[in-house]
Amino acid sequence: MTCIEALGLRKSFGTTVALDGVNLQLPEGRILGLIGPNGAGKTTALNAIVGLTPYEGQLTVLGRDPWAKRDQLMNDVCFIADVAVLPRWIQVSEALDFMEGVHPRFSRVKAQGFLAKTTIGRAHKVRELSKGMVAQLHLALVMAIDAKLLVLDEPTLGLDILYRKQFYDALLNDYFDRGRTILVATHQVDEIQNVLTDVMFLDRGRVAFQCSMDEIESRFAEVTVKPENAAAAKALKPINERQVFGRSVLLFDGADRQQLGALGEVRTPSVEDLFVAVVGSRAGQAQGAAV
Amino acid sequence: MNSASNVMNESPAQATTIAPVAVSWSRQLYWCVRRELWESKSIYIAPIIGAALALVACSISAMRLPERMRSAAALGRIDESGIIAGPFDLAGLLIMGVTFLVALFYSLDALHGERRDRSILFWKSLPVSDLTTVLAKASIPMLVLPVLTFGVTILTQTIVLVVSRAALAGSGVQAEAAWSQFSFWHMEGMLLYHLVAIHGLLYAPFYAWLMLVSAWARRLPILWATLPPIAVGVFEKVAFNTSYFASWIGNQLGGGQNSAAQPAGGMSMDSLTSPLPGEFLTHPQLWINLLIAAAFLALAVRLRRQRGPI
Repeated sequence: MTCIEALGLRKSFGTTVALDGVNLQLPEGRILGLIGPNGAGKTTALNAIVGLTPYEGQLTVLGRDPWAKRDQLMNDVCFIADVAVLPRWIQVSEALDFMEGVHPRFSRVKAQGFLAKTTIGRAHKVRELSKGMVAQLHLALVMAIDAKLLVLDEPTLGLDILYRKQFYDALLNDYFDRGRTILVATHQVDEIQNVLTDVMFLDRGRVAFQCSMDEIESRFAEVTVKPENAAAAKALKPINERQVFGRSVLLFDGADRQQLGALGEVRTPSVEDLFVAVVGSRAGQAQGAAV
Repeated sequence: MNSASNVMNESPAQATTIAPVAVSWSRQLYWCVRRELWESKSIYIAPIIGAALALVACSISAMRLPERMRSAAALGRIDESGIIAGPFDLAGLLIMGVTFLVALFYSLDALHGERRDRSILFWKSLPVSDLTTVLAKASIPMLVLPVLTFGVTILTQTIVLVVSRAALAGSGVQAEAAWSQFSFWHMEGMLLYHLVAIHGLLYAPFYAWLMLVSAWARRLPILWATLPPIAVGVFEKVAFNTSYFASWIGNQLGGGQNSAAQPAGGMSMDSLTSPLPGEFLTHPQLWINLLIAAAFLALAVRLRRQRGPI
């Protein structure tokens, strides 16, 4: 079953185009990383998906129109926005009471189980918790909801490395299963790439690149080329070139790995490398055009 | 039958996801109202402080009650019941004044605060509609505060009654005639009527207007709430040398003199002695006010849907 289906999704604020015809098909059971520079339209796309903003084009989430049916959709969708949005005055026990009161799929027992693994007490107010603990609390509340889609917008922004790692570990170990779908927007690419099943690069409102992680492994190769092979390597049309310690590192799309092996050391590029290659070169072109 | 139950047992997880799950609307509304009480503790703390203040003042005043009764009797004045009723009215007005202010400031912040602290993103991530949220918030000034005011006031006035009785009985002043003219339950009945009719229903458009502004304004909702009506009044005065708008507003805030709630006119609690609910409910003014309030709230729901954090 398709979880999210977007066709020609557009959104502009005045003269600024935030989303410029985005197409997306996300089947159930995937973890999609939405990656892009600041201002690429990630937050706008996520807001459209969870029904916080109107849009042009077609968008269906779990079979519903998010803008028209936000309150119904939220029975099956969880959302953690890019900053700490839990109200600072609320007490942990009040948050649990309220969630239990209004959310049909919230399990108080589960939430208390997640909270028991932290140092957060029932009587704590959000304003008394550290940033990392607020993120833990929000994640505990969200993971206790038996939802089909979890949407995360820079959920670990401003957290230290231990909390960030914990956050994604908890998500994978305690929450994710084949029946659920996760959509996460971030620019801390390296930390989540082993969590993802799919990636999508967004740049200036457009989809710059879309691929599954398996496909990245089979399609892309990065070669640290020996100086004497430089000309031969460039003849194979790399999609990107960078210099590391005076040696050329070339990125190839769909080239034969055996052939590349003769030119130098071959490895699978990280998502970050791909991102820099795809989005960085586009940005360079745009700058060049502007000059 | 058997096979069905077997299937259920085999896949409990599947059964729970397929089963239609929903929380009833009234339950969501109830929790949204409770949420407001958690967030704005002033809703009940302020009236309690007002009541405590009134109690202290009335107790001090009660010490002088026998003396005042004696001097009134010496001067041959017959409004002894007025002297007895004074502290009750004062306590009632003090508490009512406090809750009215709380209601105004609550309404002005109701849909602004959640955008200011970005918590609207959390509230909107839950399956609660904007309509439910706005209605829960509107119920605070229009329903919760009047009822709370009544409860706190009746409790305060009961204590005032006991203190006054004790002070007079201890002093040996003959006051039974005065007490016989004073009806505690009649006073409380009038109070309840006043709170429901005027604070709950006639003031509804004002609260709704403040909520609308709080959903709309990015900054300083208090200015947006007050300056436009003042501007309309001044414009009307300068352009046409009339003041229909200003007097209409004043009339509403004054409890609708010459209109719905007060067939006899006048504003003080004493003059509210002959409310006729039938007349009140059939008065067009009431229904016009309620329509205006509904329109403002509908706009506020729309705005909440569209607006994000500030």
